[in-house]
Amino acid sequence: MIRTALLALLLCLTWPQAARAQVAVDAAPLRFEDTAEERRFHSLVAELRCVMCQNQSLADSNAQIAHDLRREVLTLMREGLDDPAIKAHLVARYGEFVLYSPQVGPSTWLLWFGPLLLLGAGGVVIWRVVASRKQAAPLPPDDTETW
Amino acid sequence: MSASRARWLPLAVFGVILALLAAGVWLSRSPDRDALPSPLIGKPAPAFQLPVLGAPERLVTQTDLRGTPYLLNVWGSWCPGCREEHAVVNAFAKTGRVRVIGFNWKDEPEDATRWLAQFGNPYDLVLADYDGKAAIEWGIYGAPETFLVDGGGTILWKHVGPMTDATIREQLMPLVERLEAP
Repeated sequence: MIRTALLALLLCLTWPQAARAQVAVDAAPLRFEDTAEERRFHSLVAELRCVMCQNQSLADSNAQIAHDLRREVLTLMREGLDDPAIKAHLVARYGEFVLYSPQVGPSTWLLWFGPLLLLGAGGVVIWRVVASRKQAAPLPPDDTETW
Repeated sequence: MSASRARWLPLAVFGVILALLAAGVWLSRSPDRDALPSPLIGKPAPAFQLPVLGAPERLVTQTDLRGTPYLLNVWGSWCPGCREEHAVVNAFAKTGRVRVIGFNWKDEPEDATRWLAQFGNPYDLVLADYDGKAAIEWGIYGAPETFLVDGGGTILWKHVGPMTDATIREQLMPLVERLEAP
């Protein structure tokens, strides 16, 4: 009871504006069967985004939901799902937001190809500026300048 | 390209950048900016089997809840936002328009029970998700969150963050009225 009250108090003090909250983190670490499993797990969680914290991967985040989702990812791996299937599993529940590199689709094509479009537009502008300069008559040499 | 157009081009580009910046600032004013759109809207409520708070031997599944619409309210005694929202949930439950079902997320049963005794219990039924497995199925990532599910078990609406009287009036009630229409 006292422990919970202290945790709640700590949460209020450290995060006064938080209307939405997370439970205190449980410390039980994940255990891996071998290094191959551990390596696969780490590369997978680095590609998934923490749903609570916007700019952290699932690997980096210390939020409770990130702990739960890491455990879920490991469970799914052990159930024999491959990486795309695990990602699809999380996307079905939390949406595209969980992927750090979103799939190419109608809602994401601007994200993927926007920079290329911008580069193309810039190229066209430069090309036109250069072309118009070529057409203009060259300036006559200015003899009055001393430098 | 004429010389006068070339002169105005940088200003035009600057104007576009300024407009984009203003749009970004404008969009970030929304209090719901952190809310993720749920991919579960329009889909059947996910499968789960959870014990009832205070009666751990009684297990409830998603099919047990079918028949009439219900509002699933995610809360925990550790969650300050839930405390803030609770009066709104209490008031809505009193209207009796829709069953309100509590989803007690990662909470100690005794803390949850005490919390309800202290602040009032608006729930027909409180499901206890102690380990957070069912929460992942529902795409829950913080508390409070609220779902409206119709009698056929389809998720119609999700609200992330504390509901206010305005949320109930402007978003939930139109949906409830549509459900009640013959």
